[in-house]
Amino acid sequence: MLLNIKNLHVEIDGKEIIKGLNLGVNQGEVHAIMGPNGTGKSTLAAAITGREGYEITAGEIWFKGTNIVDMEPDERANLGIFLSFQYPVEIPGVSMTNFMRTAINAKREYQGLPPVPAGEFLKMMEEKKNLVEIHSKLTNRSVNEGFSGGEKKRNEIFQMAMLEPSLAILDETDSGLDIDALKVVAKGVNQLKSGENAFVIITHYQRLLDYIVPDFVHVLFDGKIVKTGGKNLALELEAKGYEWIKEQHLFEA
Amino acid sequence: MSGSRSNICLKLSMKTKETTQFQDLESLLTAQFEQHSERIAEGDTPAMKSLRMKHFEAFKAVGFPDSSHEKWRFTDIESALNQDFCHELSASRSDRNIEELFRCEVHNFRSEIISVLNGWYHSENGPLFTNEDGVIYGSVKAAKIAYPELFDARYGHLAHGTANSFVNLNTAMVQDGVFIYVPKGVEASRTLQIIKMIDRDENVFVQNRQLIILEEGSKLSLMHCDDSINHHTSLVNTVTEVFVGKNAHFELYKLQNLNDASGLINNTFISQEAGSNVRTNTLTFNCGMIRNNIEVALNGPGAHADVLGLYLMDKQQHVDNQIRILHNAAHCTSNELFKGILDDEATAVFNGYIYVKRDAQKTNAYQNNKNILLKPTARINTMPFLEIYADDVKCSHGATIGQLDQEAMFYLRSRGISQSNARLLLMYAFAADVINMINIEGLKSRIDDMVKKRLRGELSVCEKCVLHCGTPEKEYHFDIDLSKL
Amino acid sequence: MEVQQNDNILEQVTTSDYKYGFYTDIENDMAPPGLNEDIVRFISAKKEEPEWMLEFRLKAFRHWQNLSEPGWAHIQYPKINYQDIIYYAAPKKKSLASLDEVDPELLDTFNKLGISLEEQKMLSGVAVDAVIDSVSVKTTFQDTLAKHGIIFCSFSEAVREHPELVKKYMGSVVPYTDNYFAALNSAVFSDGSFCFIPAGVRCPLELSTYFRINAANTGQFERTLIVAESGSYVSYMEGCTAPQRDENQLHAAIVEIVAMDHAEVKYSTVQNWYPGDKEGKGGVYNFVTKRGLCKGRSSKISWTQVETGSSITWKYPSCVLMGDNSVGEFYSVAVTNNFQQADTGTKMIHIGKNTRSTVISKGISAGRSNNAYRGLVKILPGAVNARNFSQCDSLLLGDQCGAHTFPYIEAKNETSIVEHEATTSKISEDQLFYCNQRGIDTEKAIGLIVNGYAKEVLNKLPMEFAVEAQKLLAITLEGSVG
Ligand SMILES: Nc1ncnc2c1ncn2[C@@H]1O[C@H](COP(=O)(O)OP(=O)(O)OP(=O)(O)O)[C@@H](O)[C@H]1O
Ligand SMILES: [Mg+2]
Repeated sequence: MLLNIKNLHVEIDGKEIIKGLNLGVNQGEVHAIMGPNGTGKSTLAAAITGREGYEITAGEIWFKGTNIVDMEPDERANLGIFLSFQYPVEIPGVSMTNFMRTAINAKREYQGLPPVPAGEFLKMMEEKKNLVEIHSKLTNRSVNEGFSGGEKKRNEIFQMAMLEPSLAILDETDSGLDIDALKVVAKGVNQLKSGENAFVIITHYQRLLDYIVPDFVHVLFDGKIVKTGGKNLALELEAKGYEWIKEQHLFEA
Repeated sequence: MSGSRSNICLKLSMKTKETTQFQDLESLLTAQFEQHSERIAEGDTPAMKSLRMKHFEAFKAVGFPDSSHEKWRFTDIESALNQDFCHELSASRSDRNIEELFRCEVHNFRSEIISVLNGWYHSENGPLFTNEDGVIYGSVKAAKIAYPELFDARYGHLAHGTANSFVNLNTAMVQDGVFIYVPKGVEASRTLQIIKMIDRDENVFVQNRQLIILEEGSKLSLMHCDDSINHHTSLVNTVTEVFVGKNAHFELYKLQNLNDASGLINNTFISQEAGSNVRTNTLTFNCGMIRNNIEVALNGPGAHADVLGLYLMDKQQHVDNQIRILHNAAHCTSNELFKGILDDEATAVFNGYIYVKRDAQKTNAYQNNKNILLKPTARINTMPFLEIYADDVKCSHGATIGQLDQEAMFYLRSRGISQSNARLLLMYAFAADVINMINIEGLKSRIDDMVKKRLRGELSVCEKCVLHCGTPEKEYHFDIDLSKL
Repeated sequence: MEVQQNDNILEQVTTSDYKYGFYTDIENDMAPPGLNEDIVRFISAKKEEPEWMLEFRLKAFRHWQNLSEPGWAHIQYPKINYQDIIYYAAPKKKSLASLDEVDPELLDTFNKLGISLEEQKMLSGVAVDAVIDSVSVKTTFQDTLAKHGIIFCSFSEAVREHPELVKKYMGSVVPYTDNYFAALNSAVFSDGSFCFIPAGVRCPLELSTYFRINAANTGQFERTLIVAESGSYVSYMEGCTAPQRDENQLHAAIVEIVAMDHAEVKYSTVQNWYPGDKEGKGGVYNFVTKRGLCKGRSSKISWTQVETGSSITWKYPSCVLMGDNSVGEFYSVAVTNNFQQADTGTKMIHIGKNTRSTVISKGISAGRSNNAYRGLVKILPGAVNARNFSQCDSLLLGDQCGAHTFPYIEAKNETSIVEHEATTSKISEDQLFYCNQRGIDTEKAIGLIVNGYAKEVLNKLPMEFAVEAQKLLAITLEGSVG
């Protein structure tokens, strides 16, 4: 199994947000995670990627055969975990090119490879830019600085394409995207998809799943996965909302 | 006619008649202290006596500052001091009806008045009084005898350094002032209003002292008005120490409205414990020379301070605001905003200083000083400083000097508003940021009126008290309603 | 191009030590330590100066004796014993006709610094005046410049060859009475660069001076004078290094710039004197007076500085905006780490009508260092419609350092507009995590973010300097992550 989360508990400022979550992701799979606002989806993504302030009080996160809970965020990234942020941050003055090159070389160094030659790097940039249909005017600017909401999301997918992770977590990458951009994101994911890697897609809307067909759909509620199903579950949620799941869950509890 | 009857007033004359030999105020004051120290220190606890001595020695050693002193480079303190003064050693009597003098009726604003005449506490409720909320207040003279332990534990503990000559002089020579004690959990329902009047037919140099203690969880709003009634020169040197306990709330509105010949040196020290909330608003409308030294120390986590000020100066008036905000504990926030409009040959100095101590993490501090110069002869010196030794902080400051926005001016005029009204409107809008931070509704509208009057040049030295209660409301000559702004 | 550069920069980051700390064994001609009138005469005699120059020095010296060291800056250091310092040290061979005569050790020194004195090997478009310890050893491209009527030579040469110009302008912007260190420099300065751009000439090369302190216990006191006649333009760069030594070394320089009508001078500095070791031992005390006079109408002086070195930096490159419509600019990045202390900023004195100034300062403190911005904006009564905008940001890396901002603004004209803004904060956790998530470790991420933060200023540097400056930023912050 590529990613195996066992009984995960996560606290923020002493408040428990993830309350005993289990999730297994195999290579080649696409998992969708849905759930009402504030139930802990982004918190889960933060815990997997090792964000400071998200304290894992119990449980394990196994990735490629190692428990990564004590690993630094950059090491996890270099191991192949990528997060497309729900709210990508702006880094003034740092050019996209410089940023990407630093990231790629960090990964190569981790893998014991020499830095990528400039020519090859630029070629790769061009290639991936075309893939996600991102304009050069964006990659020539500072990281996310002054990008529109949709442009930021597109830029996340561009970075994913560049870094070729084995596990990509997309946190509401579809929110705020127009239809064309949505297709671009889907295209990016589908082209990258292989038997070796896997995707965890956090979303509120079924429409992205029309383009990226999930193998599993999970409902996250109150810090736990309370329901798992096939792609039809997403349709059902779209139609019925979350009330019935909440009731079911509360009833069971 | 006001004047002294039985009180002792010592002349501090620079030139002795016989010799015409120049004698500086410093040595006159020191001589006076040495000669009358028994009387000056009457009722002091032993600790207070030694405090007096310590500050007296410091004053004697260094004397008054002059313009070569870094902190006094832009304020001409020498000419304010270079006058003949009289210095009272006992309470003044006034021929006026004092109660009448201080009576104040403001719509929607109920306040309890504490009067201070020429630096001496005066109240119909006697020297010490407990009001219906349980707030104790009275004269420093009486309180130090009634609560010696309290004085030993607090008095002089904030104004403890000896670097400030005026604090030294005050601590050495002061005899009276106002004491306020808000016990634990007590919330004062009415604003207390200290009205300080100067009413003498000769020049006076007044030392005055406030000790204000808010115990844990208590609440007090205080208005502190400095006024002069006649046109004699006075120099008032005030030291106020405020202890704000855990989770206590304190608001302080200072109204400074003295005549053009007068000087005011106001030293205010506020210490805040965890979770406390302080708001000070220093409103300077008129005075020859004002120096405000305000120091707010945030000593416990979660404390917040708003330190605000507005100065509207004209003629040859001068205001100097020296504001120190000390972030001594983590998780505190402060917001400092001083705005000023300077007309004629008025001059202003602003020196803000935010200090963030090592380990005072998660500090959030903001400091801003904005000025408008109306005449070629108006001057401003602004120095907004930051000194920061902790890294997890958000501190920012700004300072601007400019004029009324010409585009806004044109916009208003294109709507048919006269040049002078448009100017007034914009000046008023500029001042509104600070006025809007006044929490007490009645007081806010009152101050609002005062600002408008001040901007129209109708308010100079008031005849009665600062709130103009005696005079019937004047009709405004505005063709637009400023209150809608 | 950018990719290539950044690659190099990141490689450089992995080598943390001060790489200019070597010492070259060159035979020196030295004065005995100490300062008195005889030493002043000795320096003047060594340089075979005319009488008027000696007079200037002696006046300055006598004035200096009556002054005391200023104490207002936010810096602390043990008392300097001015009698322990050697005020004159020169590599033995002098007045070089060709490069063959230059001591090979010396050539090697400059090669190690990445500066070649052989014209054919040099970066095209840059003329260099190399100053080692007290004297200028070599000025390149003089002939090319001479064709345009540009004078670019060592200060000593200027005193010899162009006495009328030196007499006219020396001390006209920074009089020897200006301050303690200016008086000291005026008494004992040994060399420096002189530059004169005639009217209407746009200098075709970047002019540059490289300073290096080599000999032990010596102070360096150089003096630069730049005169830009009407309608001329010049871009001038200054770089400096010193060997690693346990004792502190004093550097007290003066730079004077005069810009006439419509002239423009761009002065860039990358200051990389030895900063002392990680325990705060050693390092250069850098007390510098730099001032430009916008004498003519519509003249412009622009200071750009990247300050990474020195254990103490005390410097306020200033503009006196005398000509109507003249413009002053100050762009600064100051980085302090370990026990470094910097008190730096600018003065913008608005005298003429419609004068404008811009101040952009980025302070970065790490380790146990203290970094202060101190700036004065003064609008005099005649400066109708003067404008100033200042933005001073500070970044703190670590909880043992300090970042301070001390702006002084004096306005005496009601038509002026002055705006000052400043912020102080630490590096954003969100930005760091974003980089981490992309596989970039924290140290590299800080390097990236700091360079981005300083970009606005670095962009003002000439290309040749920008690359070096970026490297320096990264190297200075090495090991500041804790
Ligand atoms: N830094 C924080 N400090 C305190 N509480 C936090 C913090 N971050 C998240 N929370 C709380 O944790 C809970 C889960 O937040 P999270 O962002 O994981 O929700 P989400 O499922 O991603 O929601 P959405 O669909 O709106 O993105 C929320 O109640 C949120 O308010
Ligand atoms: Mg979320």
